[in-house]
Amino acid sequence: MAIKTQPVTVNLGPQHPSTHGVFRMRVMFDGEEIVDVEPVFGYLHRGSEKLAEERTYTQIVTLTDRMDYVSSMLNNQAYILAVEKLAGIEPSPRGVWLRMIAAELQRIASHLVATGFLIQDLGALGTPLIYAMREREGILDLFEMLCGARITNSYLRPGGVFMDAPDEFWPALDRGLDDIVRTIDELETYLSGNEIIFSRTKGTAVLPPELLINASITGPMLRASGVDWDLRHRAPYDYYDKISFERKLHTASDNYARYWVRIQESRESVKIIKQCIEQIEPGSVRPSFDDVPRLIRPPVGDAYAAIEGSKGELGFYLVSDGGIAPYRMHVRASSLINLTLLRDMLIGGQFGDLFVTFGSIDLNMGEVDR
Amino acid sequence: MNQAFLDNSLWRNIYCVLAGDSAQCAARDYSPGMLPGGMEWLAFLLAAAAIVGLFVNGVLGGVIVLIWGERRLFGRFQSRTGPNRWGPWGTLTSVADAIKTMFKEDLVPAEADRILFNLAPILIAAPALMVFSVIPFGVGTYVADLNVGVLFIMAITSLTTLAVLTASWSSANRIAILSALRSVALLISYEIPMALAVVGVIMLAGSMSLGEIIQAQGVPFILVQPLGFFVFFLAAMAEMARAPFDLTEAESELAAGYLNDYASMKFGLFFLAEFMAEISTSAIITTLFLSGWRGFDPIPSHFWFGAKLIAVLFVIIWFRMTLPRLRIDQVLKFAWKGLFELTMINIVVTAILIFIWPQPTTAQLWYMAAVNWPVAIVSIWAVSKLLGTPAYEQTQPDLNAPTYPVGSEDIPASSAYVPEVKTQTSLQEGGD
Amino acid sequence: MSTVWSGTALAEAIEAFAPGSVESSAGIDVWLKPESISAVCEGLKTRAEFKFDLLSSLTAVDYIDHFEVVYHLTSLPMNATAVLKSRVGIGRTDASIASVVSIWRGADYQEREVWDLMGIRFEGHPNHKRIMLWEGFPGHPLRKDYVTYDQSIVSTIPDATGGDK
Repeated sequence: MAIKTQPVTVNLGPQHPSTHGVFRMRVMFDGEEIVDVEPVFGYLHRGSEKLAEERTYTQIVTLTDRMDYVSSMLNNQAYILAVEKLAGIEPSPRGVWLRMIAAELQRIASHLVATGFLIQDLGALGTPLIYAMREREGILDLFEMLCGARITNSYLRPGGVFMDAPDEFWPALDRGLDDIVRTIDELETYLSGNEIIFSRTKGTAVLPPELLINASITGPMLRASGVDWDLRHRAPYDYYDKISFERKLHTASDNYARYWVRIQESRESVKIIKQCIEQIEPGSVRPSFDDVPRLIRPPVGDAYAAIEGSKGELGFYLVSDGGIAPYRMHVRASSLINLTLLRDMLIGGQFGDLFVTFGSIDLNMGEVDR
Repeated sequence: MNQAFLDNSLWRNIYCVLAGDSAQCAARDYSPGMLPGGMEWLAFLLAAAAIVGLFVNGVLGGVIVLIWGERRLFGRFQSRTGPNRWGPWGTLTSVADAIKTMFKEDLVPAEADRILFNLAPILIAAPALMVFSVIPFGVGTYVADLNVGVLFIMAITSLTTLAVLTASWSSANRIAILSALRSVALLISYEIPMALAVVGVIMLAGSMSLGEIIQAQGVPFILVQPLGFFVFFLAAMAEMARAPFDLTEAESELAAGYLNDYASMKFGLFFLAEFMAEISTSAIITTLFLSGWRGFDPIPSHFWFGAKLIAVLFVIIWFRMTLPRLRIDQVLKFAWKGLFELTMINIVVTAILIFIWPQPTTAQLWYMAAVNWPVAIVSIWAVSKLLGTPAYEQTQPDLNAPTYPVGSEDIPASSAYVPEVKTQTSLQEGGD
Repeated sequence: MSTVWSGTALAEAIEAFAPGSVESSAGIDVWLKPESISAVCEGLKTRAEFKFDLLSSLTAVDYIDHFEVVYHLTSLPMNATAVLKSRVGIGRTDASIASVVSIWRGADYQEREVWDLMGIRFEGHPNHKRIMLWEGFPGHPLRKDYVTYDQSIVSTIPDATGGDK
């Protein structure tokens, strides 16, 4: 005898401990199986693209900080590269090395947040999360030494960075790198030694690489399915062609693979920072104001520049009409585009996997909504 | 007044002080009691009220201390201090929490079934308290030593299921009902392994009375019945809905689950019941497997019981703090395919050993332990293979898998864009 | 190092398989006619000389008398990028273009965002709704003629000619 069942619609509302920000999902499920998902976002939409049309190119750096607020340096870097391409600015070498160090440190911090919150969502009531956040505090202290701010840094300027690193930064960075490696080892032992994490994350939400590429998904999600696409390697910007690093790939493309890729990438970022420290030379960190004036007026035209952000390809498209503010700024938000396959990942799965899968996409609502 | 009551030193002391005239007390050399003769019933009532009051207050006080202890331990596991503001080392924090909970507004949702809504917290707190009536906290310190003590405990703890269902159904809230149904499935599934794990202990002791089980533990039964201990420990943690089985009130998924709509002291009662269950489970484990209040002589038995209780509580809190939670289908699979088989193996092996050595002496208990440990290790290994969870090797990337072609070809050189050199002076003029 | 397709070379190659679809080309940009977007994009994705399998970015710009939809394409096998543009809504009337969701699923949310903020319709999009703002929001904010609620906010950034906007 077949039991008549009825699917239930539940609203996992914008205020929820596990949705990584203000994100709403209307989930319809039948028992434990998810039948339909409708994501609703826009709760954090602040109109950054429209605001950018009213601000000078240097003022927009502060706007970009706040988009993906756990990876401010990376947002800055993408935007500044677009400005330099648009205006034809030649950046100063020491500034480039410094911003590469800042970007890689920020990538480690962002991956620590992602991994810590995965394990939190899996149910370990905060213990590994606190270890990850404690390490992130170390990185934020380094940023405070560099530019005075911890989270929304606004450190980069067209042509370089705005302030040189103080003398106490370099020994602190060496100590910080040792701490980071130790914490990553701890987190990796936790991830790779725990049966419960294996059984919760292995084999769930598998996506084939062709579907990922068709959905414009890049970053750790793509590398977790075996595609060797990393913009630092394929389309090097700054001085990434003078650095050698491995791209860590996983082939399973499930939730475990995505987290594995982020942990391994953090190790590679540490290697990149060490190579930057070796190769950096003294000099000025930004061009003089005779070469690059405070108020830039780029020539009429447009430019698109993309970097490998912590969530994928983060690009800025700038259109200039010759004035001191851009005519149009568009952000190619990696988090928004990574959300494209949410329904594919969730429908047919279990309710217990909902937040684990959602966390494995590693979203940041500031970037999704801008 | 039968012999059993007077063997209980607690009863004896209070009753005989009040009614020393009665025959049984006179035989034990008590001076005449405070009440006139013929009022033994009053003495009985007063003794009962005093003992019950002592136990209930003791348990509630223990819960307050446990809440503080658990939060401090959480902090230490997470490399931070726990509460340290109110009172020395934060000991008064839980008192402050209790006062705060009492003063909150008591909301009842409009569509809720009022009678059931108000009944549910009582249904969950009362059985949690009742369990303490059969547990001996030291030599002669218990309320009653039923000769079906273990059965009584198992029956009373099953009432939790009913309370959870009542609470969620009366809340008339979709998420609450979802969470409660998962909880009911969990609780029912784990009662069977929990009850069956104790069968080995009962067979060894020859009785279901907790006092006699303690008497029979010349060797603590954790050594003689490792499988039983393993299964009982995990099943009891699932019955308490503690991590790794706390999917019913998975705070990061469904907010408070079936407790969603409870406020003020009703929520306080649920919260209390959870911690009382924790203490009672630890006490049961101590009694059944760690030989209760038995210890070495100069140190009093109450101290031994307390020390073992704290040790078991520490391990339970440790599990909660470090392990992520399992999904409901994994939890049920573990109960039915894992723990159930282990209990069956345990019962069969113990029955064979009892057949060989009925009414075992201490030396024979050691022989049984020597047989049971290899059996336990082999059967746990075999059942884990049967459950088939993924191993570390399966989570590494497959180096031989076909990869998507990236950068394998080039576009013809004539199609590539060659930018003309942009000079920076164009920036000053504001346009080209 | 990734190579960028030059506009003229790409325009010639597109004309080879879809004649009459290119309006003009310059630098790295190719301007296409709006009605030929579907056919050209299909060809760019599947044909062996292009293999543009990743749509990096889809956006739109409001040039006062027309809109321009901009596509940034990436080819993973050939490690190359290209830029396509298309002018729609000449005279700001009837701004619509074919949707490329059936070719690249990544266009899904990006096209909804362009509809939401810029007001360009994408024919054939399966879920043609606003994404950031709520249904019923008046107007499309990123347009240059969008009038905000609060009229007292006056722009202080001078425009290119030095006067006030």
